[in-house]
Amino acid sequence: MVGDPMTSRDRILARVRSALSDVPRGEGPEDFTVPREYERTRTGPDVVELLVDRLVDYKALVHQVDDIGNAVDEALARRGARRLAIPAGVPSSWLGESEVIRDEPPLPNVELSGFDGVLTGCAVAIAETGTIILDAGPEQGRRALTLVPDYHLCVVRRDQIVRTVPEALERLDPTRPLTWISGPSATSDIELNRVEGVHGPRTLEVLITP
Amino acid sequence: MNAFVGMPSFPKASSKSVSDAQLRHNLRKATHTIRAKRALVVDEQPDWAALRSAGAAIKDRTLRHLDVYLERLEEAVTAAGGTVHWAADAAEANRIVTGLVKATGETEVVKVKSMATQEIDLNSALEAEGITAYETDLAELIVQLGDDWPSHILVPAIHRNRAEIREIFLSKMAAWGRPAPADLKDDPRALADAARLHLRERFLSARVGISGANFAVAETGTLVVLESEGNGRMCLTLPETLISVVGIEKIVPTWQDLEVFMQLLPRSSTGERMNPYTSMWTGATEGQTFHLVLLDNGRTSVLADEVGRQALRCIRCSACLNVCPVYERAGGHAYGSVYPGPIGAILTPQLKGMAGPLEESLPYASTLCGACYDVCPVAINIPEVLLDLRSKVVTRGHHGQRLAMGAARRVLDSPRWLAVAQNSAGRLRHWTPRRLPGPLSAWSDTRDVPRPPKESFRQWWATR
Ligand code: SF4
Repeated sequence: MVGDPMTSRDRILARVRSALSDVPRGEGPEDFTVPREYERTRTGPDVVELLVDRLVDYKALVHQVDDIGNAVDEALARRGARRLAIPAGVPSSWLGESEVIRDEPPLPNVELSGFDGVLTGCAVAIAETGTIILDAGPEQGRRALTLVPDYHLCVVRRDQIVRTVPEALERLDPTRPLTWISGPSATSDIELNRVEGVHGPRTLEVLITP
Repeated sequence: MNAFVGMPSFPKASSKSVSDAQLRHNLRKATHTIRAKRALVVDEQPDWAALRSAGAAIKDRTLRHLDVYLERLEEAVTAAGGTVHWAADAAEANRIVTGLVKATGETEVVKVKSMATQEIDLNSALEAEGITAYETDLAELIVQLGDDWPSHILVPAIHRNRAEIREIFLSKMAAWGRPAPADLKDDPRALADAARLHLRERFLSARVGISGANFAVAETGTLVVLESEGNGRMCLTLPETLISVVGIEKIVPTWQDLEVFMQLLPRSSTGERMNPYTSMWTGATEGQTFHLVLLDNGRTSVLADEVGRQALRCIRCSACLNVCPVYERAGGHAYGSVYPGPIGAILTPQLKGMAGPLEESLPYASTLCGACYDVCPVAINIPEVLLDLRSKVVTRGHHGQRLAMGAARRVLDSPRWLAVAQNSAGRLRHWTPRRLPGPLSAWSDTRDVPRPPKESFRQWWATR
């Protein structure tokens, strides 16, 4: 261990306390009020339509489908993808004809690069912002799985879609590792031109199911 | 990467590599594009004003009881298997991080763009101990390979055009790892692909990652990083050891509070409804070893200033840069620190103290038009803090300095002069002196003194 962490801890806390000498002694954190007049929920267009609109705006590919197995096969065929990595808990009913390898035990990260793509579910989707949130649940897997392969095919159930950001946070468990995805990876670093796909998957395809 | 060496040597150094015309052109394009996008997505949010008040109040609550929240955060992170370190200043933070990296036996680390680690110049400290830090954000990569300084919080390489970037990739990538393809074209897609290949090997082999954080939730111990490219996700998830250096002001009290900032930040920053990627993790995650380094480095002095304290609310969105007429002309490098633009003008002198001519001149790098205050998602009254800092400069200055400041003030902020100038800018623009007197000359020597805008900001805003 470098230095003496106790000393700096005490020093910083003491500096903070003396810096705040203007704050009334008796004031507790909750006594300082935060106005929360913002809208935690809203009404508006159908959440599915809204989510589709926002995802398309981000250059994601989106389909509303009934039969997941078929839709997965079609999506993979369109792309010419053959080998897919999937989280341990993806139900077999999602899998058509394609060759899949379950991430159980975890595949070495270097090997993930060799897959044509990854198929997962999600925890929550936010319609207004076009965001899909993964919480490392059985259908979503660890975070690296949806990051290293170049193509992410994601199944979103209608009952997982909420309208607003506050509604989404309410449904999430902060102790789980969370990944919020809004469209494919992108950069605007070169003369402000948007380029999709720098390090994350260059293609995000979403299947919305009943 | 080079350290910021302060004024005036830095502007001299930068003016060699960056032609003013190019920089100004790029900056103008960047600030105007982002500004327009931001306005659109902010208008889309019907409760923006209420979110802004909530955001400001949540940050004020945090700051007024920072000791409580720091202890709470430490407890939560520790309970979740992380280790918390406290760093009083840059040197200590660098010692802690360097020690942690050395303990892993590694000599290479991957980094996510982070202003806190730039502020403490961590890369140089690591280098001195034989550890190479690889920046992985595309713009930071461009800056690092080009051996220069970031010029904007959000688009750090905005001073480089595509042809320059191609040149940098071709000549420098090989020395850092996978070379750029010999037939590299200069279109953004090809350049991004070259960066993707170059960095992929690095991500997959790195065993230590270093990041900052946008937010740290005291209640749960959750850290939050917003980004676009996925380099953040790579650095945060693939290495076995993750070290996050986080300013003590980055705390928000509760999980629910994130609902405010996850709306305010992306829309204010890149003008998107949501940034492409956000990672949130609590303590040691998915088998990783996690260290959180809590950084003071001057923040407690800012906290002690009742007027200046509000600068610590800043969520680093860069909206204030994009509306600032001075920033648009001067560019990020002129502010001599990692915090450019209006927020830099109030944060740098407060963090470093009025240490020299640069710090003393920064409070004058403003027309006080108020645009920064209007766009700030946490309602930091930047003009108020600027005026307060100016009065401190004037009171403590020597007689000569006082005169110089007086002169500068007449140029830059006499309300009457400015009002006249703004209304008849066409004629009066040419009256602006090309060079500021006294200590300010360092600031104006390498760039044109900002001209008053053709149309006052408020007129422009009203007719927008
Ligand atoms: S001062 Fe306000 S507008 Fe400027 S970067 Fe900070 S939060 Fe954004």
